Amino acid sequence: MLQKKSTEITVGMFVAAGIAALFMLAMKVSNLSDFNNDPGYKVIAEFENIGGLKVRSPVTMAGVRIGRVADISLDPESYNARVTLDLYASFDTIPTDSSASIYTAGLLGEQYIGMEAGAEEEFLQEGDVVELTQPALVLEQVIGQFLFSKAEGDE
Amino acid sequence: MPLIKIRDLHFYRGDRAIFDGVNIDIQRGKVTAIMGPSGTGKTTLLRLIGGQLHPDKGTIEVDGKNVHKMSHRELYELRKRMGMLFQSGALLTDLTVFENVAFPLREHTELPETMIRDLVLMKLQAVGLRCARDLMPSELSGGMARRVALARAVTLDPMMIMYDEPFTGQDPISMGTLVNLIHRMNEAMGLTSIVVSHDVAEATEIADYVYLLSAGKVIDKGSPVELKRSSSQWVQQFMQGLPDGPVPFHFPGVDFKEDLLTPEVQA
Amino acid sequence: MIGIIRSLGRWGLGVFERLGRGHLFLVQMLAGIPGLFLRFSLVIQQLFSVGVLSVLIIAVSGLFVGMVLSLQGYYVLVDFGAEESLGVMVSLSLVRELGPVVSALLFAGRAGSALTAEIGLMKSTEQLSGMEMMAVDPMRRIIAPRFLAGLISMPLLAAMFSAVGIIGAFLVGHGLLGVDDGAFWSQMQVKTDWYDDILNGVIKSIVFGFVVTWIALYEGYDSVPTSEGVGRATTRTVVHSAFAILGLDFVLTALMFGEN
Repeated sequence: MLQKKSTEITVGMFVAAGIAALFMLAMKVSNLSDFNNDPGYKVIAEFENIGGLKVRSPVTMAGVRIGRVADISLDPESYNARVTLDLYASFDTIPTDSSASIYTAGLLGEQYIGMEAGAEEEFLQEGDVVELTQPALVLEQVIGQFLFSKAEGDE
Repeated sequence: MPLIKIRDLHFYRGDRAIFDGVNIDIQRGKVTAIMGPSGTGKTTLLRLIGGQLHPDKGTIEVDGKNVHKMSHRELYELRKRMGMLFQSGALLTDLTVFENVAFPLREHTELPETMIRDLVLMKLQAVGLRCARDLMPSELSGGMARRVALARAVTLDPMMIMYDEPFTGQDPISMGTLVNLIHRMNEAMGLTSIVVSHDVAEATEIADYVYLLSAGKVIDKGSPVELKRSSSQWVQQFMQGLPDGPVPFHFPGVDFKEDLLTPEVQA
Repeated sequence: MIGIIRSLGRWGLGVFERLGRGHLFLVQMLAGIPGLFLRFSLVIQQLFSVGVLSVLIIAVSGLFVGMVLSLQGYYVLVDFGAEESLGVMVSLSLVRELGPVVSALLFAGRAGSALTAEIGLMKSTEQLSGMEMMAVDPMRRIIAPRFLAGLISMPLLAAMFSAVGIIGAFLVGHGLLGVDDGAFWSQMQVKTDWYDDILNGVIKSIVFGFVVTWIALYEGYDSVPTSEGVGRATTRTVVHSAFAILGLDFVLTALMFGEN
């Protein structure tokens, strides 16, 4: 009987440890904690070119993470990329005339959206559109432009 | 009416016929011995009766019902009323002697713990191992393991017990104990017993009726006294354990002299 | 020539026969599971011998695998100035691949072989047969609880492996190699997805647990009841499990991560 009890206790500890490990993977390792406790609100931004931006790329303001990219699609009329941003509910005082740009973290790093605050008194709400956007820098284009202007300058 | 009726039993293992038209009746309340040389499928017969194997032809009826026409549930109900003593004892190695004997009770009944304890101690007392109840099966001698298995086989008070080679490999003392126990169990509980054995002396000592099997057939049957007086040479050879007779000492083949004179051609 | 074709045919028939019996075994085993919820203590006992006894090897291996990954990954990443990505690299490789696969391989070696040996021994000592004659179905009493225990243990063990591995990687990465701890964890959190990465890893480990336990129990149940036969069956369990794990891992990975 005593032996049975200690078996049950160790098995209980085993299961608890397994669930704790899963919990750690969920909360500490993955981004589950991001969108569970924070319903957030969605705004839309159109870009000429998004480069290597992906769904779930971070959205930051002054380097602080304020949300993530929820969806990327192509606008059938303007042929621009239509990016849906999922912003955390706690950052609900972002002016409507804020701008969004696509940056690269480091030379080879991941691309992300950086927002700069505008001056309006009204704030972005669910479904609003961010008007001021700046497309991603595509390395080939930049190099191409540089070589082109260099060639022109030499003449 | 016999408890077990075996009619025209055929059983093959591959191309080899283990049983080739066997008829056996096991009478209620009697000890029936089934004897024969090694490899005549005596253990197979017990497994056929217990429904673990299926015959290729013929029927086996236990208590008026065909074992191999039963549903899974009916078969398991029947097995609760059958005890079987395996040659090795087949004790569960991770349980103590006590728990082994209690096993059928725990599996099949909802009895309270105190009652299980009383029943188990009674059965262990009957086989003389009440004080060995906390030992593990690995700590028992072969004879003791068989006695524990016997106690376990009778815990559910079955109507019959099948003994598979109960005397093989036992020293004279534990052999005597087992003979005595089987005899007593049968008388005290009104059991029907089937003893499969090739130990002629012990088996004939307790048997009321004997079947002799060889090469898939019933060679002879009768009470032990009748068999000892049989005119058949084969029966005499088996019952008295003679080295040579109708069952030859030499494995069949070419003549010895001829074999010596033909040098084997190396390929 | 005919002889070769014939033996090939016989081998093929043998394989199919074993496969058929294995699936029949699976059906009988699954049929025994519902009854277990009335007698869960049988499963708890098996969780102990299948799960708890495998924790040590899983945890220690996980720790070292994580530490080595961190050490090796660092020297590659540092050339690109991307050592902040160490956390991502470690977490993705552990959670998606190494966690489920290595822990399943270890599980097959530790618990699978023990199960095969145990069942094989029970068969060779007539314990299974004896149980049948006592009107106790060994499928329900012996096989089914072990199967359920394996199924439950495997994902838990794989999660432990990954978690311990990530901790080991952090210890080496931050403590020894000096990667910034904030970057280590935040990069990892940004790039590791709960559904795509972790849940898929868990699904993998459940599939592996199913297959390894099934193979182990079947090999034991189908073994030749001699000590040599049981020994062979144990070897077969480990070899077949390894093939099954690696083959299935490829299929599952292609299904789960193939699109991105």
